[in-house]
Amino acid sequence: MSWKISIENLNAWFGSKHVLKSITMKVSENAVTAIIGPSGCGKTTLIRCINRMHELSPGARVSGAVLLDNEDVYDRNVDPVMVRRRIGMVFQKPNPFPMMSIYDNVVAGLKLNGINDKRRLDAAAEKSLRLAILWDEVKNELNKSGASLSGGQQQRLCIARALAVEPEVILMDEPSSALDPIASAKIEQLIRVLSKDYTMVIVTHNMQQAARVSDFTAFLYMGDLIEYDKTKVIFENPKNELTEKYITGEFG
Amino acid sequence: MNKYMLRRRKSQTIIILAYLALVVALIPLISILAETVIRGGIAVNLSFFIEMIPPLGQPGGGIGPAIQGTMIVVGLASLIGVPIGVFSGIYLAEFRESSLSSVARFLNDVLTNMPSIVIGIFSWALIVTVVGWSVIAGAFALAVMMIPIVTRTTEEAIKLVPATIREAALALGIPQWKTTITIVLNSAKKGIITGILLSIARISGETAPLLLTILGSRFWFGGFTQPTAALPLSIFNFSQSPYSATDWPRAWGAALILILMILGINVVVRYYTRERYG
Repeated sequence: MSWKISIENLNAWFGSKHVLKSITMKVSENAVTAIIGPSGCGKTTLIRCINRMHELSPGARVSGAVLLDNEDVYDRNVDPVMVRRRIGMVFQKPNPFPMMSIYDNVVAGLKLNGINDKRRLDAAAEKSLRLAILWDEVKNELNKSGASLSGGQQQRLCIARALAVEPEVILMDEPSSALDPIASAKIEQLIRVLSKDYTMVIVTHNMQQAARVSDFTAFLYMGDLIEYDKTKVIFENPKNELTEKYITGEFG
Repeated sequence: MNKYMLRRRKSQTIIILAYLALVVALIPLISILAETVIRGGIAVNLSFFIEMIPPLGQPGGGIGPAIQGTMIVVGLASLIGVPIGVFSGIYLAEFRESSLSSVARFLNDVLTNMPSIVIGIFSWALIVTVVGWSVIAGAFALAVMMIPIVTRTTEEAIKLVPATIREAALALGIPQWKTTITIVLNSAKKGIITGILLSIARISGETAPLLLTILGSRFWFGGFTQPTAALPLSIFNFSQSPYSATDWPRAWGAALILILMILGINVVVRYYTRERYG
């Protein structure tokens, strides 16, 4: 098993608030890594540091390194835009572009980066929608507004949109927390399928979900990485007392 | 009388007072519209739209050049004012915290409330003294009036675009400038277009700055460095005429056309914004 991402001594702040404290961890290639922890522990900030979205918030600051294939994404010569093309992201609430059709949503990343060849766009749209298990539901209404879909479909549309730019890593920030159980199960199934070809990092507050979909689990508490191991170990035989208390539901 | 009855009386009194105030407030508006239609209606016919402006007191003719002049001056003002206003608004919305933004926002508010005669004399000093009475001087004055309105409405419209939409675009590896001019502007376009139309409606009726810049004329458009006619100036000139029988109805007729133009713009704005307000 090789490493895709190596987070080294990563610290993050919002203004004077220190939200991530010296995080060091390696993320496996083509596997699902789950990040769990109580609200406000820094889970979301951690994945937003990986694709350099954190620094877009007012007052946000980062130190340390995030190596993607041995190259630091925070290196002075690295363009954050290029980092974000290699590391896709799916957000907590489905956020399709409201004024665009389903088709245009999927190919937005390609079109806005200068690809206008209709055949190539068509192929990318179909491929991404199939990967996101949405093709069969929308293939006859690609020109309908993306906002007209159900919440679960919208989230899969957002996943298709992220896949279309052919990233190597996909970050998901509580991707099913706004969805009903059936839609949520579909997303989980999708995460498993995608992990064959993509490195996935999933933030979740749902421990059962982490146990079901992930290969590795990291437990964060108040900005510290408390424990990081194979998911099986974390849930069946945690080494840290805090981890055990959290997964058994004593707090959180 | 018990307490409940007393309270009901008080409530009814307030409602009646509010109702009366509303009626009083509507009287001027309705009488302006009615007077304009009644007095101006008799002057309006096809030749009124397409014929040249007659000398005071002469029969016949129309206000064709004034309609044309207003359209040209307002159109040119929009060509100058809209891009500057929209881009300033983008700057203010994208760089909310910068110190330049807070200074610009303050100056923009000052400019919004600047008396139009001051903008007129400024344009006169800057352009008329060099080029002469001209279309470009008038368009410049109206553009200066338009910019702060467009800037403010653009800024507000962009601020209403949810941060999640912007983040979705940035996370796809779309550069920030492209995210702004495509995704964000596209989401805000309704509000921006509304602001532009309202600013056009606002400047279409301006008279003071035009008196000091385009001067007025009886003839058709003769070039951007020449004086031109405009509807507000025709209203002014005809209403000052001693020949009440021929000229006063023309003043009302020109007023009617100006009101209809502005009303038309407002209808378009309503149409654009109808979904937002149900």
